[in-house]
Amino acid sequence: MTGFWKRFSRNSGAVLGLALLVLVLVVALLAPLIYPVSPWQMIGAPLLDPLEDMAFPLGTDMLGRDIAAGLVHGTRVSLLVGTVSTLCAVLVGVGVGGVAGYFGGWIDDVLMRITEFFQTIPQLAMAVVLVAIFTPSLASIVTAIALVSWPPVARLVRAEVLSLREREFVEAATVLGRPTYLILFDEILPNTLPPVIVTATLMIATAILTEAALSFLGLGDRNFMSWGFMIGAARSMLREAPWLSVMPGVAILLTVLAINLVGEGLSDALNPRLRQRGE
Amino acid sequence: MAFTSFLAGRIFKALLVILAIAALNFLLIRLAPGDPASVMAGESGATDPKFVETLRTRFGLDQPLWKQLLLYLGQIVQGDLGFSYRNQVPVIQLILERLPATLLLMASSFVVSLGLGVGLGMLSASVRFFNRKRWLDSLIMTLALICYATPLFWLALMMVIVFSVQLDWLPAFGMESVGANLKGWARISDIAQHLVLPTLALSLFFMSVYVRLTRAAMMEVMMQDHVRTGFAKGLTGGEVLRRHVFRNALLPIVTFAGLQLGQVAGGAVLIETVFAWPGIGRLMFDALLQRDYQLLLGVFLITSATVIAFNLLTDIAYRFVDPRIRMEGGAR
Repeated sequence: MTGFWKRFSRNSGAVLGLALLVLVLVVALLAPLIYPVSPWQMIGAPLLDPLEDMAFPLGTDMLGRDIAAGLVHGTRVSLLVGTVSTLCAVLVGVGVGGVAGYFGGWIDDVLMRITEFFQTIPQLAMAVVLVAIFTPSLASIVTAIALVSWPPVARLVRAEVLSLREREFVEAATVLGRPTYLILFDEILPNTLPPVIVTATLMIATAILTEAALSFLGLGDRNFMSWGFMIGAARSMLREAPWLSVMPGVAILLTVLAINLVGEGLSDALNPRLRQRGE
Repeated sequence: MAFTSFLAGRIFKALLVILAIAALNFLLIRLAPGDPASVMAGESGATDPKFVETLRTRFGLDQPLWKQLLLYLGQIVQGDLGFSYRNQVPVIQLILERLPATLLLMASSFVVSLGLGVGLGMLSASVRFFNRKRWLDSLIMTLALICYATPLFWLALMMVIVFSVQLDWLPAFGMESVGANLKGWARISDIAQHLVLPTLALSLFFMSVYVRLTRAAMMEVMMQDHVRTGFAKGLTGGEVLRRHVFRNALLPIVTFAGLQLGQVAGGAVLIETVFAWPGIGRLMFDALLQRDYQLLLGVFLITSATVIAFNLLTDIAYRFVDPRIRMEGGAR
């Protein structure tokens, strides 16, 4: 663990990203305490400039909703959708990739054709269609993002399993008569974890961008304030109040940047050999 | 001979994938909550019982499921993607009218992002190779990192604020000046001006992907023995880079460029929405607003088909870049 931390902290960008990410997490957790009133409430005069009224430090939108409250509450949706959809995608990906890699043959063929199929379809277009047809809600958004993002995990896990299943410890387990599912779940899959963790971290960032894009297009869950929605709503005010669309975008940018930096740090820390070769 | 059979095989495979996407559309229609015919009729069409009834016959809703699927696929094969009630035009006609604008945007973004990305990636890798001006490498990588984290649609809006609203340099909306009725070169330059911001907004994200890929691919090749041999032969650093490093690094870039196209198409939906670019991405957004699901699914199918067609082209390009592949007869 100390070795891990040492390698992680050697990458100064990763440490910066981690600090930023912790800050975002704290804001997400404390959102109801910081702004107990719903961010949808119209509580001020419309279109206040930032710093104009200190009760609303970041100003208000065209309906008098507090921008700062929107930003703080938007953190929750972004992180929630990002992590839950990635978790689902990883489960599907590990399942498909593990089975395909371990059993090989026609099972592998069929599963990989399906994976390729999902990889060729334009992801965002498919997510849009899925959410639109199953009506926008947190559940449909998470499902749609998970459905379009599992293929890379499946391919990664399959490749790892293909190389692992020939190794001695797997042969030993087979000779010892351990059941197939235990060999797969207990011996092989845990060893594929490091690269999967790195990929999953980067997938959270992509999922956050996708969620923002969906709610920008009007496909967000209207029960929750989200950054994409705020940008979409501010579009008609581009001339009068450009700051309305600037701030939520900066929030997305910083969050996604932080996660990507942490992902790179994890990659350095978990695959030390890879780093030495590349640098 | 080997090439024609390779081509036939790839085209057959591409058609199969398109058919599978059509089947996926069918599945979505069936899974959508509510009666398929009234769902598909859309917001405005559902109030017209006659239109819902024609949809009922179109989908063959009184027949067994497998017959419905065959019926649906049959219509798709004949180019019949349904009828947009709101626009009172067949869906395929709407899409074909808008397709050229999207192809133009996708092609220009593809060229710009690939050009900028490969160029900057090469620059980044070479300053490391010669161990001079390493700050340039850091600068390029930071730029790539930021571009990779920026939401496309937000970047587009920021560009509108800066270059259209504040500086008034470039048009922010549409593909041509309204009512200008330009001809010939004047029209081309008008379209080119409208193309600048959407292309840049769509390109920067993919540029960052290509920068990192090019840099990584080149650094990997730099470690290999034949590069050392190049130096031993007495070639200068520049010659080694050009002849031995870049050529070998090109291959993963071509493969990856093809794979990215699906994402470019998805990004086009966002960019066209922001810039009111009259392509099929904008059409998809309009279909969303009007809940015109036949149009939505039609755009989805054609977008996917476009991506598959582009992928086919990169596959063919690939065979020309790497002569080794010809020996294997297309099998990887």
